[in-house]
This record gives sequence, structure tokens and C-alpha cells, in this order.
Amino acid sequence: MEAAMDLMRRISPKESETALSALLSLLPHHSADLLSQVDLPLQVCMDQQLMKEFILCEYNRDADSYRSPWSNKYFPPLEDGPLPSPQLRKLEIEANEVFTVYRDQYYEGGVSSVYIWEDHNESFIACFLIKKDGSRTGHGRRGYLQEGSWDAVHVIEVGPEEEGTAHYRLTSTVMLSLTTENKSSGTFNLSGSIRRQMSHDLSVAEGHLCNMGKMIEEMEGKLRNSLDQVYFGKTREMVCTLRPPPDGIQLRLPEN
Amino acid sequence: MADGGGGDEPEELSDKQKAEIAKWFLANAPAGEIQYVAKDVRSILGDDKIYEMAAAEAFPLHNKAHLLALEMPNRSGDVLIATYGELDKNNYFDPRTAQVATVDHVKQVCTTVRPANDDELPSPYIEDFRSTLDAELSKYVGETYPKGVCAVYCISGKDAEGPGADFEFVVVISAVKHSPQNFCNGIWQSIWNIEFKDNMQFVEIKGKIQVGAHYFEEGNVQLDAKLECKDSTIFQSPEDSAVSITNIVRHHETEYLASLEASYVNLPDTTFKDLRRKLPVTRTLFPWQNTMQFSLTRDITKEMGIGK
Repeated sequence: MEAAMDLMRRISPKESETALSALLSLLPHHSADLLSQVDLPLQVCMDQQLMKEFILCEYNRDADSYRSPWSNKYFPPLEDGPLPSPQLRKLEIEANEVFTVYRDQYYEGGVSSVYIWEDHNESFIACFLIKKDGSRTGHGRRGYLQEGSWDAVHVIEVGPEEEGTAHYRLTSTVMLSLTTENKSSGTFNLSGSIRRQMSHDLSVAEGHLCNMGKMIEEMEGKLRNSLDQVYFGKTREMVCTLRPPPDGIQLRLPEN
Repeated sequence: MADGGGGDEPEELSDKQKAEIAKWFLANAPAGEIQYVAKDVRSILGDDKIYEMAAAEAFPLHNKAHLLALEMPNRSGDVLIATYGELDKNNYFDPRTAQVATVDHVKQVCTTVRPANDDELPSPYIEDFRSTLDAELSKYVGETYPKGVCAVYCISGKDAEGPGADFEFVVVISAVKHSPQNFCNGIWQSIWNIEFKDNMQFVEIKGKIQVGAHYFEEGNVQLDAKLECKDSTIFQSPEDSAVSITNIVRHHETEYLASLEASYVNLPDTTFKDLRRKLPVTRTLFPWQNTMQFSLTRDITKEMGIGK
């Protein structure tokens, strides 16, 4: 398994789907572990009843059907697919509405979905997903990108309420790819994936949604900055190491 | 293939299928990381025979794609593993020292060298052009790339005795940096086709530059950039051609570096913004507290002008 995870870190992020299916066929007995630890670009499906798109993941899947957070129905239809309790469904509905606004504010497009379900012992798990196609043929407002995708998966485990506080554990993964292309500068593609965790004990005075939302916003900001400055910055540094720019050209190397 | 829901016994892959998968991983390893990938693949396969089958096919592909430079045992320099100099699967021609090197692809070492035979070498007329260009380019590469190597191969017309014949060179420049302790590796590769057209007294130049970088400390991010360009110059004496061609190569490569830099500079505020903004248009964090009630959510939506 360690070797498998090391391979996933080395193979180009653009080939991660091929790499994962190769690993699954070589290590069929580790498929549960692989599927939970390796992240793949998100897929989207249409809620045929409300004509709204929703994101597919393990958390809204049963057999080969997926539950839409909008209509709370499975597509393709399923007779007795599991549903969240009415209480959690209420939270889920609100989470989806609010997250839609959040998504619009930061992503100016894209698709989002939130799934909430019971865990043991009065705790629950919420999964917030965002998929953005930033290419100029997708939702890229400024038209810079030939190809561009941002997929975010945030899984929050929320513990039972104790004396007015609850424990929140967030695991976030961001996968992205961006490509610019033009005649004079050729093709430029950066792609990557990172995963981080964050845990907090927070007062539930303002409600779970507020706490989860703030954690996600903070995490996304950190991941975006990290990708931009550290990760992309390191590749830029490498290019300048391979071929140092001629003297006299001032380079702004990113601050780490 | 194993099915998540129903199957009890996952289908066993044939040896050949396993070898194909191993080969894919090896051939797609980033520059400088094939030995690490090899270790992983070997451990996952659990079968050395299959691994060796895959490695024998994958390593040569990888080495050629990344223009691997191997030190020749007699200290006469490095030989580049490139299709242009490939005499057969394990033997590669080094034009600069007029030697043929035998290599072990999987171990990534050069085992022996021998002087090249007359029929493997270009004619003196061609060699004059080739070696003068090589000398000029080596100077450029030495000054520009801290870890650069280069070679000039004649891929067509090598037996031309004198003026009146067309011939073609390929210039290969490769610079690789490995920093595994810093979780970072990179490669710069340029391949220039130089066509000398004698009757038109014209030299056509076509370049392909490829740059890759991989950073993988607690994550996995890769740069993959390439450019194709064209230029030309007049057919001159070996010395003047060498200077002219090297200037053209230098010019395009310097410009390309500048355009890569520009792409990076644009990232945070322009290109990346098309994926996700740093902050909403309001320039403040999202007001999560105000969205506790449904009606407020709708009000905010209206207030921010995002009604749909």
C-alpha cells in the first residue's frame, strides 16, 4: 500500500485515473483502501426531476445509483436507497443552499453538493464538494484558460455535542489542473493535488453549518495559497535552477 | 476487473497484463524518478520475473524520452541516450568523441565504449559543419545551463563529400536537476532540427522545447510546458553557420524562459482566478453567521445580485 501511495504521488496528476485503475487491478484486495485514500476528479450527474446537476461521490452512492441533494432521490431510480434522517435532511438542505451562495462568490460558476449522514453515537459526517470548470468554454469568466479544473472534496466528521461544544475534524482534498495555450508561448500546464487536515473544538452557539462553513473557507484559502505560492512556486524555482535567467532581469521569486 | 459491489473473487490478471501495467508506470515516471517508481512497482508486483520483463522494455523508452546522459567509462565525457544516436537497442553513438557506447538501460550505466567505425561517422565535409556547431553550442550550453549537456547528430546526408548536397542535423540539449531530498525534480529539453538546404543556400530550423518540474512534498504538483518554434538563416561557412544557428537557439530559448516566467507571474491574479478567486468580490470573508435562516439566505442572494 505504501508503494501504491508513493506511485500516486509521482505519476502526473493528469494521469491519476489511469494510475488508480491500474493499481486497483494489480491490488484488488486493497481496493477499499485505495478508493478511500486516492482522490479522483469529480463527476457530475443530472437530477432529472429538478433539472439541476449534482456531484457524485462514495457518500451519496448506493449500488450504481446516486442520490441528488436537491430532490433527495436516487438516479437511476432505486427502490430503497438509504436516506438521511429528517433532521439531518433539513440540515443538508440548508447546507446545500448556503454552499451554493458560497460557491458562487468564490467560484463564479461550477457545481456544488453537500451530503450529510449519520455516523454512530449522535455524530454525523458531512461532505462538501465543488467542481469548477474554468476553461474558456466552461465557466472561465476571463477566458485565460484553455483547460482548467478545480475539484474540492471536504469531509467533516462532527462529534456529539458536549457542554455546548462539538469536535470537528476536516479532511480536504483539492485537485486542480490549468492549461494556457497560445502560439507564441506554447502550452503551459500545471496540475496537482494536495490533501490536508484540520481539527477544531467549537461552540455550537452559531450552529453546525456556520462552524463547518468557516473551517472549509479557511482551508480552501490555505490550500489555494499553498498551491499557488509553495507548490507552483517550487516548480517555477526549478525552472530557474535549470536555466538561470540572464543577468539584468529582475525575478520576483515567490516568498515561501 | 474486480467489481466493487458483486464479485467475490477478483479476476487474476495474466502475467502479460501485469507486465503492461508495470511498463506503463515505469515509462511514465517523471524525469529522474524511475528508480523510485521501479522500487514501488517491484514491491507491488511481488514477482521479479514480470518486473524484469517490463523493465527491459520500459527503461529504454524512459531513458530516450528523457535524454539520459551517462558517463563513459574512459572519462571522455557523457553519452546521450537519444533515438538520433541509437545504433541498436544497447548501443549509442557519441558524435563528439566519435565513440560507440554500450549501455545497460535498467541499471542506467554505460558499460563499455569503442571507437566508431568509419561507416558510422560522417564525411569530413559534414563533420566540419557538425563539430564547429557542436563547439559553439557547447559553449552556449555550458554558459547557460548549470547542468546542461548537448550533442549534435547528423541524421541525414552524412556521407556528402562536398557542396551540392543537402544534409540535416539534430541538436539535442538536456538539463536535469534532481533534488529528491527536497522532493523536487525538473528537466529542460530542447530538440532542434537543422536542415541545410544547399541549392537554396538556406538553413531551416525547427525547435521543440519541453520543460517539466515535479514537486511532491505532501502533495503532487507537476509543470508540463512545451513550445514549438521555427526560424531560418542563410547557408554559410561552418564557422559562420555555427554562430548564426547558436544565436537563433539562444534567442528562442531565452524568450521561452521569459514567457514561462510571465505565465507564472500571471497565475495568482489572472489565470488562477478563473478557477477560484482569493476572496469574493465583496473583499470580505463569507458571512456564514447570517445564513442561519432560510429567508436571510435568499436576501443575501438578492443583495449580492446573484439571483437566478
